[in-house]
Amino acid sequence: MEPGYCRLTEYQVIGRHLPSEANPAPKLYRMRIFAPNTVVAKSRFWYFLMKLRKVKKANGEIVSLNVIHEKRPMKVKNFGIWIRYDSRSGTHNMYKEYREMSRTDAVEALYQDMAARHRSRFRSVHILKVVELEKTDDVKRPYIKQLLTKDLKFPLPHRVSKASGTKIFVGKRPSTFY
Amino acid sequence: MGDAEIKASSWRLVEVGRIVLIHGGDAAGKLATIVEIIDHKRALIDGPATDTKIAVPRQSIALAQLILTPLVLEKLPRGARTGVVKAQWEKAGIEAKWQESAWAKKRSQKEKRRALTDFERFKVMRLKKQAGFQVKTSLAKLKAAAK
Repeated sequence: MEPGYCRLTEYQVIGRHLPSEANPAPKLYRMRIFAPNTVVAKSRFWYFLMKLRKVKKANGEIVSLNVIHEKRPMKVKNFGIWIRYDSRSGTHNMYKEYREMSRTDAVEALYQDMAARHRSRFRSVHILKVVELEKTDDVKRPYIKQLLTKDLKFPLPHRVSKASGTKIFVGKRPSTFY
Repeated sequence: MGDAEIKASSWRLVEVGRIVLIHGGDAAGKLATIVEIIDHKRALIDGPATDTKIAVPRQSIALAQLILTPLVLEKLPRGARTGVVKAQWEKAGIEAKWQESAWAKKRSQKEKRRALTDFERFKVMRLKKQAGFQVKTSLAKLKAAAK
């Protein structure tokens, strides 16, 4: 991902059923939603709440909506994400791990990864839970485990510089070793 | 069977503490150190140089945008914060080492040459010719004396 840029933002949305005479103080429902903007965040809130409780936008209200910022955006963290994914032929639960600087970066990477591996769309992925894995023992996936080895180091063995590709003919062969 | 001597290549490694030169993106030309490896394509870097021309704030960056230098901060712990990085950076004298290196000198020379006017470029050419002439004549003199 480009540094300093993330398509998604994490929102906290709190909503409830409209108060009625029968129930003057309806229960509040809170969700943490990853969305590109507040409009989509509210829409997703109603989408999920309608599946879970008998409340819809027509008979409910949003009480509050605010952005959740990353507490330590300059620290590298490992995230475990549980998702529900509607494929072309059925619904699957999945668990994936990402190594990123923030929760939104991890979710962004998840959507990209799902789009790449399964041709999924935003609408067909439900994020169930995003957890920071604080202990390395909690990391399950080998593709993240391999990055947590002690004194990790590796070379960049073959690098083709971009400048060498700009000209058709050059006097010297480009050096790819360093 | 002949005995083949197999030597490991002395690659510059992507590792915590490696000093890198950024050559792509907004921060091109800045000097930083790798603080943590995020994955096989990205690293977290921090450039606490006192010279604002080569300093760069802590950020994640693609390895494709970095060039590894031969300099390394040997004892930098993984994921160190800016204060620690700055202390080690100054203790190791990274900036001085970098400015002394032929690589940095060539870069600054190139930058300077690029800013020259046409007449100044002409002057550089004349001076280079004069210097070459001096070398050639003194070499010829030494050769004649050796005979």
